Amino acid sequence: MATTEYLPKQEMPDPGPDQILGPGHDNNTVTERIAGIVYLPLTKAPRKWLIGAFISFVFVNILMGAMWVLFTKGIGIWGVNIPVGWGFAIVNFVWWIGIGHAGTLISAILFLLKQDWRTSINRFSEAMTLFAVACAGMFPILHLGRPWLAYWLFPYPNSMWLWPQPRSPLEWDVFAVSTYGTISLVFWYTGLVPDLASMRDTAPHLWQRKIYGVLSLGWRGSARHWHRYQKAYLLLAGLATPLVLSVHTIVSFDFAISVIPGWHTTIFPPYFVAGAIYSGFAMVLTLIIPLRSWYNMRDLITMRHIEAAAKLMLGTGLIVAYGYAMEAFFAWYSGDKYESFMYWNRVTGPYAFTYALLILCNILLPQLLWIRKVRLNITLVWILSIIINIGMWLERFEIVVTSLHRDFLPSSWGTYIPTVWDVATYAGTIGFFLFLIFLFVRALPSISIFEVREDMHHAKHLQHAYEEKV
Amino acid sequence: MSHGVELRELPTIHGAMAEFDTPEELITACKRAYGAGFRRMDAYAPMPVEGLAEAIGFKRNRVALCVLIAGICGAVGGFGLLEWITVIAYPHNVGGRPLNSWPAYIPITFECMVLLAGLTAMFSMFAMNGLPKPYHPVFNVPAFERASVDRFFLCIESSDPLFRVEDTLEFLRDLGGREVTVVPA
Repeated sequence: MATTEYLPKQEMPDPGPDQILGPGHDNNTVTERIAGIVYLPLTKAPRKWLIGAFISFVFVNILMGAMWVLFTKGIGIWGVNIPVGWGFAIVNFVWWIGIGHAGTLISAILFLLKQDWRTSINRFSEAMTLFAVACAGMFPILHLGRPWLAYWLFPYPNSMWLWPQPRSPLEWDVFAVSTYGTISLVFWYTGLVPDLASMRDTAPHLWQRKIYGVLSLGWRGSARHWHRYQKAYLLLAGLATPLVLSVHTIVSFDFAISVIPGWHTTIFPPYFVAGAIYSGFAMVLTLIIPLRSWYNMRDLITMRHIEAAAKLMLGTGLIVAYGYAMEAFFAWYSGDKYESFMYWNRVTGPYAFTYALLILCNILLPQLLWIRKVRLNITLVWILSIIINIGMWLERFEIVVTSLHRDFLPSSWGTYIPTVWDVATYAGTIGFFLFLIFLFVRALPSISIFEVREDMHHAKHLQHAYEEKV
Repeated sequence: MSHGVELRELPTIHGAMAEFDTPEELITACKRAYGAGFRRMDAYAPMPVEGLAEAIGFKRNRVALCVLIAGICGAVGGFGLLEWITVIAYPHNVGGRPLNSWPAYIPITFECMVLLAGLTAMFSMFAMNGLPKPYHPVFNVPAFERASVDRFFLCIESSDPLFRVEDTLEFLRDLGGREVTVVPA
């Protein structure tokens, strides 16, 4: 890197909702800008980054503490009981895995649909997917009671000659989530390799060049390599697309295959998938809006990206609203007294306030996104994205807790009140997730450099073709 | 460089390399080199360029075939494992239901298919590309540092039967490259 300026001195303006890239960029400047965020010495890191990383690290320690107490005392420290055996652990599991789904949607599905605007946010979203899946994967294991026996979930030859039950959706989940985590990592790393080669060649210090050199596997950009690379990337996108749909479908089967009123419905798979993408886009916006301002990236992640994500939130949010409406309709239309009681209890019972909040956060407030002025107002979009994150968490709370706490037999009804350890574990995973995001933006290029170059190349060709015609 | 030495006698030379500013120039140069009869050559770009691999005569790759085979193996293997567990290794009668309850095995079969196919997509691509390969002669050219940033390179390798140092360098200069160099092995 020729210059010692890692971040541009002056404020980079946002080119507006029609542009995916600010003006005046070429192959060299995008490399300098995106890699510059990583090369910036720690002493010059934005103060907000330091404060954010510190606070999230405190929460990582809270998570460690909560896990230590859990491992020494058992899950009795949580509020789970009979009848509400699932509690926060499964609520958080579904919430986190749902957040991960937007990353795969952006990187795989939008890639197959040739949506060029995905380029600037796909790397970041894939990282978000990985970290969210890491948080999600923790919860079922912590919830096991004897987490040190978690490997029993996998089929392996053992001296007890016992095998897991492959007819159970809980076992399907083991395969779905572990495959999802693995393929997300493969997809992310494959996308990173050419950029790691750029970092190897431009990093200011020798030790950085060595690290990126090893990670880039000696990538040299040969035409033959690119040819195979593009094929492999396309196939990975093609595989990740049905995978992401299958994962949340299987998560919804955890509920839908049972016979509990409120769980046993066929609308769950599509409604879960839509909800997952809804919450995932909300999380992408929650994270990317502050980051693009801290690192002066408004010309790389523009209003075009933010508006598109807001539109996708609105669309998936409407599918979720349809899901809620169908739940209510079938509670009445089925004529099943347990189903209709469950719904009535959900709306008027002891947890009625959470249902009211859910409708407010997930259905009513997001309707503001119909208005273009709201979509283009960065503060409002950010606030709405947080509201939707809360709403989607409440949805899972509704599904898990209100369906379980009063089922068929009134004598076995109960209530669920989360304890401080429930909250500490949940808050701890949020800290863990954010801490990983903070580390990621400092260690790896958070925008796919080579794909931005490719987009610019395509745009130039389109421009030429247009000019020739005119 | 001594005068008129035949490159093929010098194993210390990997090839001759020309540098270009734009992908369009590189593609044109590649087509002319291919037209002149060169076959052992490679083009380098900081991003995938449409038509570049075809211009140096590389039209097909086997990544898709590998992924297809791996996907079939994953699906058959996953389904077979579940059949074996539930029917042979650990038959468990639950309320008289059939042991071979295959519809319940489809989700895991699908996941095994995706897992094996996805891993193969990455590993077969890197393996066929000969990566990881930390050392390669092209890295000996100082300007090649920018091959991963904003420059485009064509390298005609010394193993090509038509390769003669002076002639090939002259040929590359004619193609309009901004810098033409010998690549030490």
